[in-house]
Amino acid sequence: MAINIKVNGRDWPVSADPDTPLLYVLMNELELKGPRFGCGLAQCGSCSVLADGVEIRSCQTVVSDVGARAITTLEGLPELYAKQKGLATVPAMHPLSQAFVDEQAMHCGYCYNGQTVKAAELLAKTPHPTEAQIRAHMDGHICRCGSYPRIMKSIQTAAAAIVKEG
Amino acid sequence: MDDMNSHPQDPARNGVAHLTRRGALIGGGALVIGFNLLAPARAQAARGAAAGPPDYHAVDTWIAIHANNTATIYTGKCELGQGNQTGLLQVAAEELEMSMAQVSTIRLDTNITPDQQATSSSSSIHRGAPALRAAAAQARQELLARAGARLGVQAFSLEVRDGIVSVRGENGFRKVTYGELLGDKPFNLQYEGTAPVKSPDRYRLVGQRPPRVDMPEKAAGKYTHMQHLRIPGMLHGRVVLPRGQRGFGVGAKPLSVDESSIAHIMGAKVIRKGDFVGVVAEREWDAVKAARDLAVVWKKGPSLGTNETVFERLRKDKSVDTQIASKGDAAGMMQKAAFVRGAAYRCPYQSHAPFAPNCALADPTGDQLTIKSSTQDVYSSRKQVADILGIPETKIRLQYFEGSGTFGRSCYEDATQAAAIMATATGKPVRVQYMRWDELGWDNYGPAHLAEVRAGVDELGNIIAYEYDGWQHGWTITSTVSDSALAKPGAERAGGSGSITVNPISTGSMYKIANRRVTSHAAPMANYLRGAALRSPLDLSFAFASEQTMDELAAALKMDPLEFRRRNIGDERWLGVLEAAAKAANWQPKVMGSQLSNSEIVAGRGIALGTHHVSYGAAVAEIEVNRKTGVIVARRLYGAMDCGLAVNPALVENQMIGQMTQSTSRVLKEEVTFDDNGVTSLDWNSYPVLRFAEHPEIIPVVVQRLEEPSTGAGEEVMGATAAAIANAFFDATGARMRQFPMTPERVLKTLEGQRT
Ligand code: FES
Ligand code: FES
Repeated sequence: MAINIKVNGRDWPVSADPDTPLLYVLMNELELKGPRFGCGLAQCGSCSVLADGVEIRSCQTVVSDVGARAITTLEGLPELYAKQKGLATVPAMHPLSQAFVDEQAMHCGYCYNGQTVKAAELLAKTPHPTEAQIRAHMDGHICRCGSYPRIMKSIQTAAAAIVKEG
Repeated sequence: MDDMNSHPQDPARNGVAHLTRRGALIGGGALVIGFNLLAPARAQAARGAAAGPPDYHAVDTWIAIHANNTATIYTGKCELGQGNQTGLLQVAAEELEMSMAQVSTIRLDTNITPDQQATSSSSSIHRGAPALRAAAAQARQELLARAGARLGVQAFSLEVRDGIVSVRGENGFRKVTYGELLGDKPFNLQYEGTAPVKSPDRYRLVGQRPPRVDMPEKAAGKYTHMQHLRIPGMLHGRVVLPRGQRGFGVGAKPLSVDESSIAHIMGAKVIRKGDFVGVVAEREWDAVKAARDLAVVWKKGPSLGTNETVFERLRKDKSVDTQIASKGDAAGMMQKAAFVRGAAYRCPYQSHAPFAPNCALADPTGDQLTIKSSTQDVYSSRKQVADILGIPETKIRLQYFEGSGTFGRSCYEDATQAAAIMATATGKPVRVQYMRWDELGWDNYGPAHLAEVRAGVDELGNIIAYEYDGWQHGWTITSTVSDSALAKPGAERAGGSGSITVNPISTGSMYKIANRRVTSHAAPMANYLRGAALRSPLDLSFAFASEQTMDELAAALKMDPLEFRRRNIGDERWLGVLEAAAKAANWQPKVMGSQLSNSEIVAGRGIALGTHHVSYGAAVAEIEVNRKTGVIVARRLYGAMDCGLAVNPALVENQMIGQMTQSTSRVLKEEVTFDDNGVTSLDWNSYPVLRFAEHPEIIPVVVQRLEEPSTGAGEEVMGATAAAIANAFFDATGARMRQFPMTPERVLKTLEGQRT
C-alpha cells in the first residue's frame, strides 16, 4: 500500500516502510534541510514540523500515521505565513527567521529548525505573546549553545513586525 | 589538538609566547577573533588541492588575490558557531584595505588549508589573528610596491580602498586594482611576519560589529551542516556499543556478535574491525534498527562505583602530585589569620552533549579516502584514521563541515573513524551518525573534581594565606572507536602542563596573596570515565570552590564581597572586569546573607571572578530559591569580559550569552550519572540541560582594550558565572552549596542541614 504525504503544499509518494519515522523520509527522500536529527526521542525539538499548523516531532511520528495532515517544514514557513496573512507575495524569509538574523541570535544554528517552527506555531495563534507565554510554549526546544535569551528577543521582534504588517 | 603535535615553527604561535595553555582544550568556543591562521594555504596548493599541509611560510598559503578583485583567506580554524569566521574576515579585510564583502574564507581541508592545530582553547582569534594579520599586512605591502611600479610612483604616495590602489590627492586619476596586479597568480613570497600592521587608531573594521556571515543561510534553513550531507550511492552506518560506557580501559569488547539477529532487516550488514562493531544499510532507518537489534554480548568491566562515590575514590587513589603554585608559607600564615574559611567541594563529570550527535561521511571511491567531518582538527583526525587503517596520511583527505556546537572533544573523532572503517570495508561511501545514547554514553567527559580549599585574612581584610588541593584524572588522547578497532586499552595524557593539573589562574591568582599553595593531585584514568577537555576545562569547578571561599572570608569580615575583592585584586584588568560587572548590575554594597527572609521564595545576589587562562571574566548573578521545592531560578546575569582587543564586540557578547547560559545549565543541572555497570545518563531526561523556560536574562559587557593583543573569548566568563550563582545562593539562604549541580534534592538537603 503506497503512502502519500503532503509536504509544503505538494504531494509526495513515499517509498520507505510504513514504520519509518517521518523525519527520515523528509531528510532522505524529500532531501529537506529543515527537519534534522537531534535525539530521535521526542526530547529536543530538532526534527519539528507543523502538521495542520500543529508542531509535531517527526522523529517519533511514523510516516504511515501522517495521513491527510498537511506537513509544513522550515522551508515551507514563508509560504504558509503568506497564506495565513493573505499576502500577495511570499516573503524570502519568515519574519521569525529575519528576526533571528536581525538579533544575531544563533550560535551553531542547528536547533533553529525547531525553534523557528515552534515559534511560528505560537505566533500564528497568539500574535502578542507575553514573555511567560513564550517561555512556556518554547520549553520543549533545547538550545545547547545557550542562545535562549536572543531567541526570546527575536520572537518578540518578529511578533512586533508581524503585527505591523497587519 | 594538543601540545604534542604543535609546531614550534608555527609563526602564529611564536607571536604569542605567553600562551601556555594546555593544549587540548577545546572549548567550544573559540572565539572570536582570532583566526587561526597559521598557515595559509598556498594559493597554488589551493588550486591543485594536493595532499597537505601546505607550507605555511609562504604568503600564498594564507591569501589569494583573484582577478575580480576579491581575496580568499585560508585558515586552519573552523566555525564552531562562535562566529570566528566573521572575526577572521574582519582582520583580513582590515589589513588588506578591502571591504568585508570582498574577502571570503575556505573550508578546512587537509588538501588546502594550513595545519594550525585544533580550534580550541578559545584560541581562534587569539592565536590565529596575529599571524593572519601579519600575512595580510605583508600582502598589502607587496601589492602597494607592485602598484607603485605600475603607476610610476613611490608606494608611500599611494592609498588603498576596497582593493583599489590610487595615487593620493589625484582623486582616482591613476589607479589599479589588486585583481589587476595579481589576479589569481601567486605572490611567491616568503612569509616574514614583520610587515608593519595598521595601528588601532586607523581601524575601520576591527572593533566594529558587522553581522555574522553565516546567519542568513542558517536562519533560512539553507545552511549545510555536516549532518545534512548525503552523496549518491552511500550507505548509512551506525556504531554498535553498549548503552553507557564502562570504565576507561575496558572499552567496548564484544564477546560474541550474532549476525542472524538482524537477518530480518533488508540489506543490513555487520562491519567488524578488531573490537569495533558497526552496521551499515542502504536506508538510514534500517541502519538505526540494525544497530538497535544486533545481539552482542559485551565483556563486563570491574566495578565502577557511582557518581556519588567517585570523590572518595579520587581522594584515596594514588595520585601524581604537582605543586602548581607555591609562594611564601601558606600553612604557617594560616595560623596567624584573623579568620580562616575552607571546605571540600565536589564537582561532577559533565558531558559536551552537542545538540546533534556527531556525524561523518567517508568516501573511498576516489584517489584518496575523502572524509567529511566536524572534527576540530582535520590534521590530527587524518593521522588517527591513517593509523587505524594502516595507510599513509596522504591517502586521506579530511574536510571540515560544521555540525552543532561541540564545546570540546565530543564524539567527532569516533564518528570520523567509524565512517572511515565502514567505507573502507564496504568500498562505498558511508555516512555515520551517532545516536543520542551513543553520544551521551560514550563521550569523553569533563572530569569530576574534588577540591579542598582554605584561605585566611587579617583583620583589615587582606588575604594572607591560600591553599588549594584539587583531585581529578586526566584526558584521553585516543577515542573509543580507535581503541576498539586497534583492540587497545586506550591511552591518556601522561602528564605535562594542563590537562591533568589544577589551573593556577583560576585558583586565587587574581588576588595578591603573599602565601599561596596550589597542589594538583592527578589520578590515573584507569577505570574512571573517559576524560577530555570540556569547554573552560574544570574552571567552573575551580571557581565554584575558590570564589565561594573568598565570599566566606568577606562574610566573616562583615564586608561587602565587591569591596573585599577590590581590596585584594592585584591587577588592573581583573579590577576592570569586576567593576564593569558590578556597574552593569548596579551592585549595592551588602554583607552577603545578611538579610534572610522566611518566605517560600527567597532572592539573592552574588559576584565572582574567573577565567580560563588568558582573558578576564567577572559575573554578577541574581537568583531565586524556592525553599520548599529546592528549585533555583537564575533570573538575571551580568557578565564582563576583557579579551584584549575584541575584533568584533558583538561576537564576544553573543559568545558571552552562550557561555553564561551554559554555565547556568552546568552549575544547576548537569551531571553524568553512573553505577557499577556504566554510565546511566543517556538522553535529555537523564542528562538534563537548562531549558527555554528556565533561561536567565543576560547582560554581557565587553571591556574593550584596543592596544592589548586579542585573547580567547569563548569560555572565559563561565567560571565566574557558576561561582556568582553559588554565592547568590548563600546570599538568599545563608547556606553554602559544596557540590554541584545544585539540584533541588541537594538544595533541600543543604537547607535541612542548616536547620539542624
Ligand atoms: S530529534 Fe525529534 S525531538 Fe529530538
Ligand atoms: S544554536 Fe547551537 S544548539 Fe542552538
